[in-house]
Amino acid sequence: MPKGAKNIIVKMEKVNKWFDDFQALCDVDLTIFEGERIVVCGPSGSGKSTLIRCLNGLEAHQSGDISVHGTELRGDAQSVRQVRDNVGMVFQQFNLFPHLTVLENCTLAPINNGKMDAQAAYDKAMTYLKRVQIPEQADKLPGQLSGGQQQRVAIARALCMEPKLMLFDEPTSALDPEMIKEVLDTMVSLAEDGMSMICVTHELNFAKRVAHRIIFMDKGRIVEDQPPADFFKKPKSPRAKLFLEQILSH
Amino acid sequence: MGEFFIEIFGKPHGIILFQLVAACRFTIYLSLIAFLGGGAIASLITLMRIAPSRHLQRIATAYIWIFQSIPLLMLLFLIGLGVPGLLDINVNPWTAATIALVLFTSAYLAEVWRGAIESVARGQWEASFALNIRYSSLLRKVILPQAIKFGIAPTIGFMVQIIKGTSLAYIIGFSDLMLVGKRWANAPVLGSEPFVIFPLMAVMYFCICYPLAIFARKLEARSIAKNA
Ligand SMILES: Nc1ncnc2c1ncn2[C@@H]1O[C@H](COP(=O)(O)OP(=O)(O)OP(=O)(O)O)[C@@H](O)[C@H]1O
Ligand SMILES: [Mg+2]
Repeated sequence: MPKGAKNIIVKMEKVNKWFDDFQALCDVDLTIFEGERIVVCGPSGSGKSTLIRCLNGLEAHQSGDISVHGTELRGDAQSVRQVRDNVGMVFQQFNLFPHLTVLENCTLAPINNGKMDAQAAYDKAMTYLKRVQIPEQADKLPGQLSGGQQQRVAIARALCMEPKLMLFDEPTSALDPEMIKEVLDTMVSLAEDGMSMICVTHELNFAKRVAHRIIFMDKGRIVEDQPPADFFKKPKSPRAKLFLEQILSH
Repeated sequence: MGEFFIEIFGKPHGIILFQLVAACRFTIYLSLIAFLGGGAIASLITLMRIAPSRHLQRIATAYIWIFQSIPLLMLLFLIGLGVPGLLDINVNPWTAATIALVLFTSAYLAEVWRGAIESVARGQWEASFALNIRYSSLLRKVILPQAIKFGIAPTIGFMVQIIKGTSLAYIIGFSDLMLVGKRWANAPVLGSEPFVIFPLMAVMYFCICYPLAIFARKLEARSIAKNA
């Protein structure tokens, strides 16, 4: 836990989530403090994406309680809006708007939901594009950028909404190896600024470097929740041991 | 105008041609009305089809399903002859043909446009939701600009179907190219035999439809090139 952190930013209690009769999350309990950085890992289909998508209402849970930055997600439009106001998300496939310029990608949401006027949105967008080191690409279309640059735009776009919490769903999995570093560096610098983050990733070096806690999921359950040093040295569950062996042997 | 045709083509072909060209006007009017009216209703049905509400979705699906599975000819009979007969009222052929074609067009376009919207990557919706972009702006600024590129070619292609479809309206007495042509073909006038008139009409339909078909193909080729 980061020093001095007291405020809870995410609280999940006995959360269950089904897709029809398939249970994707089972009795998930999770508390995250402001400024904490969590890395979520686990085998494919273990519910990592589902977990973080429940945190901004992209998926609805069926039982249990989820609250984010003090707002409880009750499935009504208002609480979902309120939560999304505080949560930024970065997707594996970037999901930039291909017909809008990089700059417009960044200003659309802040202007649209009345957070700022056009000038303020422009200034903010340029600030964050500088932050992710691509201000010179502002007038290009996403398709003209490399994958790494697109993902950095996606990060800037999310930051323009001034989120309190950032969610990343395998942000580097769709990237060519030579572009992974630039995206991870961006995330590290975000971490250094104290942003609360939950990041689904299998980049274990990144996890060692920035994570306060590593969460290991299997079959919809949180099986381990430990600091990286402990997780890598002595995973408690056989499932996590196997998972680590498989990943490290690559 | 009539004299002009007679001067060039003589009698009776000048007269026939003039009447056929004049009748084309109605074919084009009816097609345009069907397209505009059908398009307006189709927009509404499409919105309902993709709305978050299950009820609206069901109503829209039912609408599309019903009017897509009734043949156009059947619709024309029903509205031009069936309903008036049942209620003992007079419906003029213009009104009946318009209603039938608008219903037919709206169902078809709604289906095409729903497909176009669903071709837009799911991630575009999710990114917009995550950014809290309002639903109306999400549609206008994110989804529609991308869906148009999938929908435009089939939409224009369908206009060709509508134009050809209007020819069926002769059956309820709508005075378009088809009806006028048929009348001439049946008339005991030398030089207006069916083997003269019908090819002539085919050529006229071709002249109306061909540019559209070409246009549709061009757009399609362009959108494929863009997506490649
Ligand atoms: N919309 C959906 N409908 C039905 N089943 C789904 C849906 N989304 C996810 N699932 C199922 O839920 C389970 C968990 O999915 P999830 O995407 O959360 O896994 P994950 O841990 O992120 O896997 P990966 O590493 O492959 O991304 C999977 O078995 C998946 O098939
Ligand atoms: Mg996933």
